[in-house]
Amino acid sequence: MKPPAFAYHTPGTLAEAIALLSRNGNARVLAGGQTLMPMLNLRIASPDHLVDLGRIKELAFIREERGEIAFGAMTRQREIERSELVRQRVPLLAEAVRWIGHRQTRNRGTIGGSLCHLDPSAELPAVAMAMDATLRAVGPGGARDIAMKDFSAGFMTTVLAAQEVLTEIRIRPWPAGHGWAFLEFARRRGDFAVVSVCALLQLDATGCVERVSVTLGGVGTAPVRVAEAERALTGRPCDGEAIERAAKACATVDALGDPYAPSWYRKRLAETLSLRALALAAQRTQRASR
Amino acid sequence: MSDTVDEREITLAVNGVRCTRTVPTRLQLADFLRQDLGLTGTHLGCEHGICGACTVLVDGCSARSCLMLAVQADGCEVTTVEGLARGAELHPLQRAFWEKHGLQCGFCTPGVLMSLLELLREVPDPTEAEVRDVLSGHLCRCTGYHNIVASALAAVVAVKSGEKI
Repeated sequence: MKPPAFAYHTPGTLAEAIALLSRNGNARVLAGGQTLMPMLNLRIASPDHLVDLGRIKELAFIREERGEIAFGAMTRQREIERSELVRQRVPLLAEAVRWIGHRQTRNRGTIGGSLCHLDPSAELPAVAMAMDATLRAVGPGGARDIAMKDFSAGFMTTVLAAQEVLTEIRIRPWPAGHGWAFLEFARRRGDFAVVSVCALLQLDATGCVERVSVTLGGVGTAPVRVAEAERALTGRPCDGEAIERAAKACATVDALGDPYAPSWYRKRLAETLSLRALALAAQRTQRASR
Repeated sequence: MSDTVDEREITLAVNGVRCTRTVPTRLQLADFLRQDLGLTGTHLGCEHGICGACTVLVDGCSARSCLMLAVQADGCEVTTVEGLARGAELHPLQRAFWEKHGLQCGFCTPGVLMSLLELLREVPDPTEAEVRDVLSGHLCRCTGYHNIVASALAAVVAVKSGEKI
């Protein structure tokens, strides 16, 4: 139950970090450590080199740039939870981050680490998917932007190359007056979500749905945008009937099954949670525009 | 891998006392505290971040010391349960746990105390819901949490009546 031996590196700059990852095979990035350290302690991972990004100050920030909210990949979840900018401009994220693990793990865990680990039930990937986030990766060849919908390469695998570092996550906030809701079902508070839902709603002046985003976590290898649910609502009056139709669409999504929660149970949760989340988002929209 | 151990020199303050040591880079902060410094109040229950028994404060923030490398604490201020009591006098949190029977075997207690210390320093008048939210990061097999909550709320009373934490 102790980590295996590795060579430990504390690069002071991103360029150094990338050089270390490029020079050394079997190297892992250490971000918040809340996922990698358990893997090291249990010897599920045995990197020869550990590249700790913790000393690269430029990788931790929350700021508004060109109409987007940009998060440095090393930003601790704690900072996101306490950010007034996030609370006001990206309330879905502010709500979701409180569901991640426990306070003690949020103090160290990072947004970049969570996205790169890509656990199917993780909250941050779900929000990133819901909001069409853009992820910036930097490698020896330079920087590239990856849309969140293109980030997953399969179960807990991203499209990042071994020498690439995720540096930044950018989210375009929905306009003021939009409704949002993040709901999750887990056996105990802080446990991995069995199913989670992100709902975002924007109504026009007549109360019809101008824009909607419905995302399920925990049902697929990556968060799933439920296009059918979004189609059931777009352009329609935002009423109970439309919401019910959208929720039923969520129940038809292919859902993972495991001994913990069979597929049918996740589909049932998906329907119930999306019904509640859309209703809550709708309430919040109306309240905002009053 | 070669036979040489990857080591680094670290300097950190633990309970206000500065110390410099050379440690293997793979040494957990928890093991550094327990073995190198003899501060065995920090306990290891699961070593994968779930049970909370290893919780300490790093620069004032609660953290799982089993999920940190000692080398990551270089330059930091670490507070452990041994840093609570003032000589022979129990810290108000400890006194509350004593009076309200907030522990039985005591294995989870140090971690719980550190999390509650962080809470009370940030939120002097937390609700029971806020206390329970903080406690959700700790597993206790003995108490059923009931008296832990009662102890925390008793400590809140002490803080409100001016006791320093």
